Amino acid sequence: MKRRMLLAVVAAICLGGCATEPWVKPYERGWLADPLMSASRDPLSDKYLQHVHDVREGARGATVAEGGGCGCN
Amino acid sequence: MRMQLSTYVRALWLALASLFAAPTRGAVIPEDRADLLYHYYGGGGTTASGPALLVRKGIGERVSAYASYFIDNVSCASIDVLTTASPFKEKREEYGSGVDYLYGNTTIGLSVLRSKESDYVANTFGATVTHEVLDGLTTFSLGYNVGRDNVGKVHTDFADHVNRYQYKLGVSQVVTKSLLMNLNYEAILEDGYLHSPYRAARLLGLSVPEAYPRTRDGYAMALGIVKGLGSNDGQLNASAHLRYRYFWDTWNIRAHTVDLRYVTRLGDRWLVEPHYRHYKQSAASFYANDFTTQMVFMARDRELSDFSSNALGAKASYQLFNNRFSFNRVTLNFDYESIRYDYTNFTDVRSGRLYAYKANVFQVFLSGWF
Repeated sequence: MKRRMLLAVVAAICLGGCATEPWVKPYERGWLADPLMSASRDPLSDKYLQHVHDVREGARGATVAEGGGCGCN
Repeated sequence: MRMQLSTYVRALWLALASLFAAPTRGAVIPEDRADLLYHYYGGGGTTASGPALLVRKGIGERVSAYASYFIDNVSCASIDVLTTASPFKEKREEYGSGVDYLYGNTTIGLSVLRSKESDYVANTFGATVTHEVLDGLTTFSLGYNVGRDNVGKVHTDFADHVNRYQYKLGVSQVVTKSLLMNLNYEAILEDGYLHSPYRAARLLGLSVPEAYPRTRDGYAMALGIVKGLGSNDGQLNASAHLRYRYFWDTWNIRAHTVDLRYVTRLGDRWLVEPHYRHYKQSAASFYANDFTTQMVFMARDRELSDFSSNALGAKASYQLFNNRFSFNRVTLNFDYESIRYDYTNFTDVRSGRLYAYKANVFQVFLSGWF
């Protein structure tokens, strides 16, 4: 029951958002398009640094860098 | 419990996927770009270095493909190796490729990754879907990876496997013209041989074989914020990045990660980025520095112990030139990070003291946009 409610809430938020007028106009998005605002400006470098951390820590996942199986055991 | 959680994640994945039916406008394929990188890691008796290459190229206006290659030349004399085995050298090679297809505001991506070393082969296949709504202010992303790994042990006929399933959900939100937020969730379900065939646990001071559960479900939730900072003339000249991740798993590990970055322009050609990362985790339920009684599951892997790390570093990017040699822009980049690891229940058996070490991580790379 709780799961169904959570799914309904997620769907309502997402669909509700579709009906909202965009509040940042296209001509106001100059900063957002700048590389300074990117969460992962250099994908290869970020992936390597994430690999360095992943092989030495118990946690993994939900990072800005994409990874895969890496013989981390 | 494992089946319920897996079903729950799949249901959420499908619920969000149903929103992606209506194509709109605005999304673009990633930029054409090539990176050539050299990396070095040194610390705790281990060095790993080598080159890496990533090339991404658009094919028409709807398709972008990439290929990557990565080499790790590892020389290992870590505390695990020194106390239970012999120092070794090995080479790990990783090949990756993928393709992204843009349809309206939806991008569909497929990828494959193969990592190979003498005693471990990992194959990962991935699919991602991203979709922009609200005229590009909100971006939803879904991802699914499946991994098939083969685990071996050098000079023996030992062979086992690991199956890995990753489910990813993400949403990125433009809050204002200078503020971005993103929320990511990932579930990683693994089964198979999840430890190292070389490492040993300790029972009353004696080395005994490690024994791990053959399943592990891990979950991570991360919140990222990027704030643009302008000068008096209204130009963007810096940005502040904050990211927090909470991780939990069925081995009872709980971990917190905080990542802080500040990126600023210096003159016309330099980008400088000091960064700091803090990580802290609790131990797995079957970890002990020295067991006092025989248990079903026993581990002495310091990656499963209580520890924290602090990493401080900086990245610098220098723009070499624009619009020459078929490149729109080429940059030369340096990144250095110093990491300090402090273990609170893992001792160096040679001295009996709590173990700690410092590592240096260095990268130099050329990036070209064409």
